[in-house]
Amino acid sequence: MNTFETIAKLLAESKDMDVNDIRPDMSFSDLELDSLDVAELVMNLEDELGVAVEIDESLRTIADLVAKVDADKQ
Amino acid sequence: MKVRSFGHALPAREVTNDELTAILDTSDEWIKSHTGIGSRHVLSGGETISTLGAQAARMALRKAGVTAADLDFIICSTTAGEMLFPATACLIQQKLGAKCPAMDVNAGCTGFLYAMNLADAMLTCGKAKRVLLVAAEQITRLADWKDRSTCVLFGDGAGAAVCEAGEGFKAVRLTARGTAEPLYGMADGGNCPFDDQIPQAKPLQMNGQEIFKFAVTQSCKDIRHLLDRTGTPADTVDYYVLHQANRRILDAARNRLKQPAEKFPVNITTHGNAGSAGIPVLLSEMAEDGRLQTGQTLVLSAFGAGLTSGAALLQFNI
Repeated sequence: MNTFETIAKLLAESKDMDVNDIRPDMSFSDLELDSLDVAELVMNLEDELGVAVEIDESLRTIADLVAKVDADKQ
Repeated sequence: MKVRSFGHALPAREVTNDELTAILDTSDEWIKSHTGIGSRHVLSGGETISTLGAQAARMALRKAGVTAADLDFIICSTTAGEMLFPATACLIQQKLGAKCPAMDVNAGCTGFLYAMNLADAMLTCGKAKRVLLVAAEQITRLADWKDRSTCVLFGDGAGAAVCEAGEGFKAVRLTARGTAEPLYGMADGGNCPFDDQIPQAKPLQMNGQEIFKFAVTQSCKDIRHLLDRTGTPADTVDYYVLHQANRRILDAARNRLKQPAEKFPVNITTHGNAGSAGIPVLLSEMAEDGRLQTGQTLVLSAFGAGLTSGAALLQFNI
């Protein structure tokens, strides 16, 4: 499972979304996630993948999050 | 250590979310959905936290059947105190007419658990027979009332506990990870003419997302550590009493610990985040309304500026 698929799975589990409705280009506001939803998603992702992700203003879309996680993995 | 009794006192003035909409670009719906808070108690009309602290202390003393003259030490947890100095504990001591030593502890919202640990050490080694713990907070005086993302969170109040040598306080875990950036406030630096870089006063600053992550992960880590260390199955704990910072922190921690909602008492809905006073106020309310019963196992967990965190496992024996 790649990083995007992991994020989609976590979102589907915690926010009762259909995994097929989640696309990388979607912003967190498109997905109706507020700042604490994003923090919770990042926290769950850190647990799942053993990475550390700093939340900052550049983090706006699912693709931004994928890029940050993949950078940390390397 | 044995916790004999609890007490609490809140400011008379309750401020609803609707009142905040008159001064801020916010709404009752936004505040409730983001924080779980409907109203909070705010100091006004000359009220002070030493007055509230003394009121909470008198309630705890009365419940324990002892007087101020029976106290060997007073420890007050407070994030910024009523005054820069003297210690709020000394102001409370004066109001109670007690004669024992008194000092403050500042571990942010974790302060009550840090104070419990100190009391346990004093009582265990025989330096004291009875210690009064107070947590007295005036976070509304530290908040920036033009910052709608933070000021809506906070309330004021005081909680107290009378502790004596004995059994009940089973285990404690405290942590500190020194960093100011996620949560801090700065007092006025004065006017010394020999320093041209005196920092200016700054109201409470908070990185909400970082604090949310820290609170949920650290609280769960502390609680699991305590349960493992004491061999206590999570399901046998009667109540998990967490620092009342934000309803969503409570819910996220509860989901991770896989425990039912009824084991996580809440008073943030009507009190807001009252700093380190939140836990003793809630325990006092639970003792008053009968939720707390002798023999119950409680886990307390708090987190706050420092960054500090703490958890304690105790058996309630009044």
